[in-house]
Amino acid sequence: MEGSTALKRGDVPRRHIESAVVRFAGDSGDGMQLTGSRFTIATALAGNDLATFPDFPAEIRAPAGTTYGVSAFQINFGARDIKTSGDVVDVLVAMNPAALKVNLADVRPGGLLIVDSGAFGDKNLRKAGYEANPLKDGSLSDYRVVEIDMSQRTLEAVQPVGVTKKEGLRCKNMWALGLVYWMFDRDRASTIEWLKHKFAERPELAQANIAALNAGHAFGETAELSGELGAFSIAPAKLPPGLYRNVTGTDALAWGLLAGARLRELKLVFCSYPITPASGILHALAALPYYGVVTFQAEDEIAAVCAAIGASYAGAIGVTSSSGPGIALKSEAIGLAVAAELPLVVVNSQRAGPSTGMPTKTEQSDLYQAVFGRNADCPLVVLAARSPADCFDCAIEAVRLATTYMTPVMLLSDGYIANAAEPWALPDVDAMAHDPVAFRTDPEGFQPFARDPQTLARPWAVPGTPGLEHRIGGLERDVDGNISYDPENHQRMTDQRMAKIAGIADDIPEQGLEPGSAERGIAVVGWGSTYGPISRAVTNLRAEGLPVAHIHLRHIWPLPRNLGTLLKQFDRILVPEMNTGQLVTLLRSEYLIPAEGLNKVTGKPFRITEIENAVRTRLEAAA
Amino acid sequence: MNVNAHAPALNAKDYASDQEVRWCPGCGDYAILKAVLRTLADLRADPAKTVFVSGIGCASRFPYYVSTYGFHGIHGRAPAIATGIKLANPDLDVWIISGDGDALSIGGNHLIHLLRRNVDVQILLFNNEIYGLTKGQYSPTSHRGTRSPSSPFGSLDPALSPAALALGARARFVARAVDTQQAHLPGILARARSHKGASFVEIFQNCIVYNDGVFADFTDKAVAAEAQIHVEHGKPLIFGRNRDKGLRLKPGGLELEVVELGKDGVDESGILVHDETNHTLATLLVAMDKPVALGVLYCDPAPSYERAVSDRIAAAQAEVETRTEGQPPGINALLRAGTTWTVTG
Repeated sequence: MEGSTALKRGDVPRRHIESAVVRFAGDSGDGMQLTGSRFTIATALAGNDLATFPDFPAEIRAPAGTTYGVSAFQINFGARDIKTSGDVVDVLVAMNPAALKVNLADVRPGGLLIVDSGAFGDKNLRKAGYEANPLKDGSLSDYRVVEIDMSQRTLEAVQPVGVTKKEGLRCKNMWALGLVYWMFDRDRASTIEWLKHKFAERPELAQANIAALNAGHAFGETAELSGELGAFSIAPAKLPPGLYRNVTGTDALAWGLLAGARLRELKLVFCSYPITPASGILHALAALPYYGVVTFQAEDEIAAVCAAIGASYAGAIGVTSSSGPGIALKSEAIGLAVAAELPLVVVNSQRAGPSTGMPTKTEQSDLYQAVFGRNADCPLVVLAARSPADCFDCAIEAVRLATTYMTPVMLLSDGYIANAAEPWALPDVDAMAHDPVAFRTDPEGFQPFARDPQTLARPWAVPGTPGLEHRIGGLERDVDGNISYDPENHQRMTDQRMAKIAGIADDIPEQGLEPGSAERGIAVVGWGSTYGPISRAVTNLRAEGLPVAHIHLRHIWPLPRNLGTLLKQFDRILVPEMNTGQLVTLLRSEYLIPAEGLNKVTGKPFRITEIENAVRTRLEAAA
Repeated sequence: MNVNAHAPALNAKDYASDQEVRWCPGCGDYAILKAVLRTLADLRADPAKTVFVSGIGCASRFPYYVSTYGFHGIHGRAPAIATGIKLANPDLDVWIISGDGDALSIGGNHLIHLLRRNVDVQILLFNNEIYGLTKGQYSPTSHRGTRSPSSPFGSLDPALSPAALALGARARFVARAVDTQQAHLPGILARARSHKGASFVEIFQNCIVYNDGVFADFTDKAVAAEAQIHVEHGKPLIFGRNRDKGLRLKPGGLELEVVELGKDGVDESGILVHDETNHTLATLLVAMDKPVALGVLYCDPAPSYERAVSDRIAAAQAEVETRTEGQPPGINALLRAGTTWTVTG
């Protein structure tokens, strides 16, 4: 943008702020997810802590301009530690009327709306269901509105490059990104490099996008709008030292499975059937043949889990992955793995249900399914990841427990964790302790269901091992593996299967309080992706001196052995969950405590204020 | 081949487990078990590297009676379990034992995909045209009109043809055999095992309790010679007690017809020669009602799925080895690819 240097006014005074929440919203074909991802990278490189929340429709390309085709990407970033993607939006970038309509309710009063006025024609207004143009009828008076004809300005910016009008208009998201970069003083270099790489085969498209990006940035710098837009500076956050990257739950989980398999010196065989929001794990692992990962896109959910079981039987770590409805289909086979006592990791990226529900919307309503959802007495291990980066550690733990105890492990993630990103202090996998699996090889005294006295696990005897030929299956069996209908044997085997899983409580950390928690008062107990909002809410309340603690469970089954004692030291227990009350039921039945639920199933994560308010209400009632 | 080269040769009975066989007296499964054990002995199969996988049903108890590794799975899912086994360890010799309900009803989906992928396993489909273990309901291969506890007035749904289904799923090896033909069955099983890729063998198996004699119209001694044709690659399609009948393409039609040699000027030169690599011929043979075509109907090998998977991994590793001059990256490099930044204290 050489031509605009003459207009440059030099450095604008920037207002220092602690944090901000920006949401990019547009048509699902407008590239909003991509815009958000680039802003996330640039923000991470600026040293801020951050959390993101992509929110997109199930339709791949819903009709343009409609409210149900709106795709949004929200990022909360700051100089302090960031726990959630933010309760309310400070800056909404709306690329059309539908995006404004769908997202306006989340913008705080006085918040900034940056709208592409070029997209506010009659047709788009009608499609969005507006009877009058909200930019003109005064209905936005509670907000600061900056109208820019981004479509027109983008076309002007890309004009020298010589792309078609359609191609030019598709650069509009980069124009908007350039403008927001200027507002928050982000460096464009990483995005420019990325565009060059992405469009290496079509350099004119790279040029056009870069021209649009630069034009949006220059517009912020030069237009007489800096007062309305605001120019901000957010200092780097005080993160622990280390090498960082941004990571989504999907990637962290995939890589954690690989690391977990490597630490046990096992081949990873990942068998899956595409389903939202779990497919990303299959995609991530399918890209890694170099790492020896076998991925198998099965013909259905049942084949996926059965192939994983077959792989474990043959000495690999078999993993399958799905979302709630797919996990339901796998249930019988998971029971087979429990009965045959084979290692298996089952990843459930939960989504709103029941049935098909809302595939792209998050929920944590499969806890009952994970803990109880099989025929007969069929215990297994259940873990839950609390954040995108935590997926890595949980996946390693899942592989460890599955292979140590010869059991299926259900690892719960959800749609929010899968798609959200956060900075991740990269672990040194090479420095982690390797603990190769000790397969049974000695035929002397071998019995397929003779148990290790410590773990109660049966030996892992793999086909190909001479002298250990044996038969296993889903029929009840005696210690020699052969079919048994003996009444006492069934009692004994059932008891042993239960005891084996219960005993894992001795091999997991005791439950602690999150740092800064009170030792009495109200305990807020969470699991999974409610970690962020609970953590921030409890921190805020503690800052006011209120007696509040945060307990966050990774191990859902078996529960940590000290959990009952820990919970009983609090006056009240509040369990926020994105379901109608599943963990709370488990805690009440296990410990006979009057825990109460705080429940929400809107397809969106909890707001911090929702949790704060619920705790305050209870503290006031107690006072 | 998983040949136990160094161990002493085993007898058929050495491949039997110590478990009491619990099929009904007179069940065709006994004959199949006997043929399989003999085949394993003939081939000097290594018990340690041999795995029998099954689903649910009378046939699926089979693994418990063989002294190799065995996995009795869940209903219909043996092909999926077997696929996982081969993906984890392509060197294992895997046999799938299934029945018409297990393989074609509840497990039909897995069967067709195993066949199309061409996973290197043997699938023995014990077809008795009835549900045995659940006490006699009609199955997907039962003739329309079969009377059973669940179809007291006769079943209404037409039967499917297992071999035609296998050919349609692009199986690369399709054979048919009869349970009691001990002179014939082990040879077919040996061919199936030596075939690299999915080998599909339909075995007509008599259920003496619920469907006795369902195949008698072509298996009874009195009619067998006239009602069966044993096909062999490269040999003319001739059958009959006096080997005086043959198959040829019906003039002006797309089907096979039976002709008598020496009649109406027909001699051997007018008879089709079996070409097991010909998919169309195999399709015509399985579509034929009588004589019933037995033997290796189709065999046209192609690379197996699990080998393709391991080849891709090996190629990716070799490529990275070369590119990085023997310093291949570990998981740390994977995690650190892309944009990273350092936070200092």
